[in-house]
Amino acid sequence: MTEKIAYYPGCTANSYAKYMDSTAKTVMQKLGIELVELDRWNCCGTFYGLADDNLYSQLAPIRNMIRTLENGFEELVTICSMCYNTLKRANLLFQSDDEKATRLNDFMYEEENYEGNVRVYHLIDILKERVKLETIREKISNPLKGLRIAPYYGCTLVRPKEVSIDENPEKPTILSDLIFTLGGEAVEDPYMTECCGSYLTVKDKHLVADRTNKIVGSMTRREADIILVSCPLCQFNLDRRQKEARELNPSLPEVPIVYFTQLMALAMGVDHKELGFQDHFVDPIPILKKRKLIASKQKVAAKVSK
Amino acid sequence: MVKIIVSNTEYKVPSNLTIMKAFEFLGWRLNRGVGCRGGFCGACSTIYRLKGDRKLYTGLACATLVEDGMVLAQIPINPANKKSYDLEALKAEPNTMLEFYPEIARCISCNTCSKACPQDIEVMDYVQAALRGDIAKAAELSFDCIMCGLCSTRCPAEISQFNVGILARRLYGRYIAPKYNQLTKRVKEVEKGKYNAEISKLMKADKKELVKQYNSRVRE
Repeated sequence: MTEKIAYYPGCTANSYAKYMDSTAKTVMQKLGIELVELDRWNCCGTFYGLADDNLYSQLAPIRNMIRTLENGFEELVTICSMCYNTLKRANLLFQSDDEKATRLNDFMYEEENYEGNVRVYHLIDILKERVKLETIREKISNPLKGLRIAPYYGCTLVRPKEVSIDENPEKPTILSDLIFTLGGEAVEDPYMTECCGSYLTVKDKHLVADRTNKIVGSMTRREADIILVSCPLCQFNLDRRQKEARELNPSLPEVPIVYFTQLMALAMGVDHKELGFQDHFVDPIPILKKRKLIASKQKVAAKVSK
Repeated sequence: MVKIIVSNTEYKVPSNLTIMKAFEFLGWRLNRGVGCRGGFCGACSTIYRLKGDRKLYTGLACATLVEDGMVLAQIPINPANKKSYDLEALKAEPNTMLEFYPEIARCISCNTCSKACPQDIEVMDYVQAALRGDIAKAAELSFDCIMCGLCSTRCPAEISQFNVGILARRLYGRYIAPKYNQLTKRVKEVEKGKYNAEISKLMKADKKELVKQYNSRVRE
């Protein structure tokens, strides 16, 4: 029987990063877990509210906990790192501070009282702890042999340490473990837990271009072919801002930025046309062809048509 | 009889009246804040508090019964952020809603809008659907909106929810909803003049004939 788990896609995976969502669902289905999207959900809150006396910012994440229970689940899994961080931290605050919990429940008097009994996970948590990497290995039909993949955690998967998906937030290895499982080569880089500039991309894109130059530049000096991420905003920043980063550093090579779910799907034999690579600013297809991970049939067809 | 307080003055009115009828019972002539009297037009939005209760309640004057100790005020219009656009020039894309109403990104999911809605619409849910570009969901959830504006008056993020909802429904109707071939066929028939003779016959008919036609109608 397929195991079911409540799934929170988040606004971006529901629109711009829809292939992160679709590949996650495909991959999990192959691994025997059905991601059941909550029938009602709201924005996670985007970032965790640090102001101790402003509980307004905790309403959005806690309301999603209530929705999880309404859907008959006590566990909630998400794929976006920012959603994960916000939901998990708000939930921890609720669980650890009775006074705030009471005030939040009082404000949301139209909802059932929340008792703090939902557990929040990132999909990578579920893959490692529940599915187990050995099970994933059994499903690999197209191992990513020869592909040098740099894992990029950014901030929200590993900081603060209370919500880190790896026991060592300073030098996490969980994504490298996943990369090895997929048959790829993990290229660990000191910049893998540096911030990409996050939503400053709206206000000050040159700051983000500078971050992109440092992060992507460092990873390419270690000869990374591709960078693996788990956050739509990191993906956008490192991918889209390469153009502006190249104004700072014309020798910065083009490196595709892909979601872990896309590479998992590719390694599990899903057709690359279903992975959403057309939505990327830096096209991942050339390097995947070069490493012979996608058949280059199109090339032959192009020759014939000439 | 119950006591209601309007503009700091107490009045006694029968307990079985709606707020609107109570005003008319008091002899007031309503020029603003009145419309269909049936809960459909959204013109008579009202806010009130009840004795000993901290909550601020909202309702339509034509559809809410007076209660003892009700302190109330009519809201003649709800000023709202309203964008003009050419629907034909738009695209139903994830960011279309955000482009016209970027303030939806300010929503903190407090749900105050839904609590204020006299139509019991899940207003916050449709704002959230609009935020993530789910135009079809936003259109579906906001379908019963009567544009009374109470949501926007209560919103701490200063969103004009009802204008967001109508943009979603327009985009849905124009670009997303399935096309009904039957309708296209009928419009063509109308354009070709298939019904002209019948309509001009009706236009020329006297009252007696119209009554007869109405009473013998086959369809509503």
